[in-house]
Amino acid sequence: MIVNTCEQHAAGGKPAYELDLRERTFKISHLQILDEKGNLDAEREPNLSAEDLIKLYRTMVLARAVDDRLLKLQRQGRIGTFPLCTGQEAASCGPALAMTPKDWFVGSFRELAGRLLRGEPIENGFLVFNGYEEGNTFPGGERTLPISIIIGAQALHAVGIAYAMKIRGETDSAVVCFVGDGATSQGDFHEAMNFASVWQVPVVFVCANNQWAISLPREKQTHSQTLAQKAIAYDMPGIQVDGNDALAMYQATKEALDRARAGEGPTFIEGVTYRLMMHTTSDDPSRYQPPEQLEAWQGRDPLVRFKSYLEAKGIWNDKQQAAMEVEIKQEIEDAVKAFEAKTDFKPDTPFDHVFGTEVPKIEEQRAEFLHHLREESTDA
Amino acid sequence: MRNKLNMVQAINLALHQEMGNDDSVVAIGQDIGVNGGVFRVTEGLYEKYGESRVIDTPLAESGILGTSIGMAVAGLKPVAEMQFSGFSYLMFGQLEGHAARLRSRTQGAITVPLVVRMPYGGGVRALEHHSESREAIYGHTPGVKVVIPSTPSNARALLVSAIRDPDPVIFMEPKRSYRAFREEVSEEEQTMEIGKAQVVQEGTDLTVFAWGAMMRPTLQAVQEVQDQRGVSIELIDLLTISPLDGDTIAGSVEKTGRCVVIQEAPRSLGPASEIIATINDKALMYLEAPVRRVTGYDVATPYFGRENAYLPTSGRIHRAIEETLDF
Repeated sequence: MIVNTCEQHAAGGKPAYELDLRERTFKISHLQILDEKGNLDAEREPNLSAEDLIKLYRTMVLARAVDDRLLKLQRQGRIGTFPLCTGQEAASCGPALAMTPKDWFVGSFRELAGRLLRGEPIENGFLVFNGYEEGNTFPGGERTLPISIIIGAQALHAVGIAYAMKIRGETDSAVVCFVGDGATSQGDFHEAMNFASVWQVPVVFVCANNQWAISLPREKQTHSQTLAQKAIAYDMPGIQVDGNDALAMYQATKEALDRARAGEGPTFIEGVTYRLMMHTTSDDPSRYQPPEQLEAWQGRDPLVRFKSYLEAKGIWNDKQQAAMEVEIKQEIEDAVKAFEAKTDFKPDTPFDHVFGTEVPKIEEQRAEFLHHLREESTDA
Repeated sequence: MRNKLNMVQAINLALHQEMGNDDSVVAIGQDIGVNGGVFRVTEGLYEKYGESRVIDTPLAESGILGTSIGMAVAGLKPVAEMQFSGFSYLMFGQLEGHAARLRSRTQGAITVPLVVRMPYGGGVRALEHHSESREAIYGHTPGVKVVIPSTPSNARALLVSAIRDPDPVIFMEPKRSYRAFREEVSEEEQTMEIGKAQVVQEGTDLTVFAWGAMMRPTLQAVQEVQDQRGVSIELIDLLTISPLDGDTIAGSVEKTGRCVVIQEAPRSLGPASEIIATINDKALMYLEAPVRRVTGYDVATPYFGRENAYLPTSGRIHRAIEETLDF
């Protein structure tokens, strides 16, 4: 399904590759399995169990509901700034479903949906976005890196992890690295693509092209007509996928992971999606976002089409939907309660984790810090 | 068995031994494999440990550190080389943003045990960007240790300790001292505690602090003043820039009451400032004279035509010691 994006010629005096950039004769495949109306390309339908399909759908709905709840909490002043994922659930959950627990999940900061599918408790996000590092780890999350706020930096970490896998001969695992369209302008992203390709390591780059890097539209981010074509320069399979189609995102990632585990190197996947909400709670998209564009994308909602698909398959109905909504609401409220009940944060924890060895100056400063805290509580 | 080795050979010995001791140690950098490094520090590693553990990378410093972080996260112990410290700024985002912070970000669940080796410093008539001394930049980052050896034997022992350290260590090698002299270095395993300064010679009248390539002109100046005036000077080699060994610094100044700090780097906001601040915090009332600094100047490190005038010399150090004794 994924065709190599470069035209390969047979040997015999001809160049191995012919690429006429002026005429743009290279090809970028676009994968869509489930269209905006929920029509299925049955030939390409992945072989997923009803259980997995429902898990995928449920996690997408959960992620959106968490986003919604987080936004309310933020507006009420009960939580700090956070980046919203609404609209991008399929681009995050599809790849996450294709992963096994042995694969590494290396995320950007807008992968709440995929992280939830990966098993991160809802409460973790609340903790992180309310200013506590405690939310960055969870049982079973040993191969899930915490979010990277610095754009694109994590792509290099993914390649390093994949390198370690390769030289250890781990053939049952790979790395999935999430980046956004903004990251594709960063040097670290290109260095990661290059290193991954030179080393032929098992890594899959999944780029959620949500059309905006805060206020900068995609066409000002890069003059390239697709992000997927950036893979050509690294002689890496590159494919564009309908990022609001969870089945296509799953399938493209699954195939890339299979190739990665088989020692066939990295892949770049561009998931074309849209950020339906603000960049973070501090952002006001009305300053730059054309309303008609937003409206058009609201009509391509990844959740709506997936629900239609499940219903058409006969594995989902209104009754299940209603029951799930009640369950999710309860789950989120439980997480809010657990999160707000957690107030016993040790103030000097930062001093515990500067170094893995005991350093006198850190201990001196800890004592001074605690002294000042005591003084201030006495003053109060 | 002991061999007379220069610093390049001593560092090479440490790399060979640690790669032999521990399969998870990998060397990574530009031209470090087949070529053995532009200074030949990694010579023979590629032949002995192969291309998967001695990794010639594409030419990208951030890529080297960023992928090293991933390797460390996944259980390897990378020893990365920046070909010259003047090129290392391209990896600073990865160091400050991730290598230094993954431990605190995950409250100890994920750690980044890696070493970044880099030749630094002037005095070798090199091109622009090949002569700076910028340890202060790295020393200011919490979560990173900065080590600067001064002799073949302490370079070897400190590098072994740096590789075994659970945190990122910036290991700055004074390239002016790479082949300047030889020293007996034991074949037997040797380590040195990171975070400890070394009293090179004990004394009672004045303390001199120096590190890296400044140790040689400092030793010469100390010797001259002692010979000429019959005074007793304590000489301390910092070895670790961060975390600074505050107790040794304060303890010595309490004893001598006079102090001169020698720093190759530009004057402001460097380790010398931090040493003086440490004295201020812990030993101010013992001072008999203001602490003097002999440093580079707050100008761009000049092209090598003017570098001998820029770099602290034994003459400048000598005069500062005398002035402090006479205050």
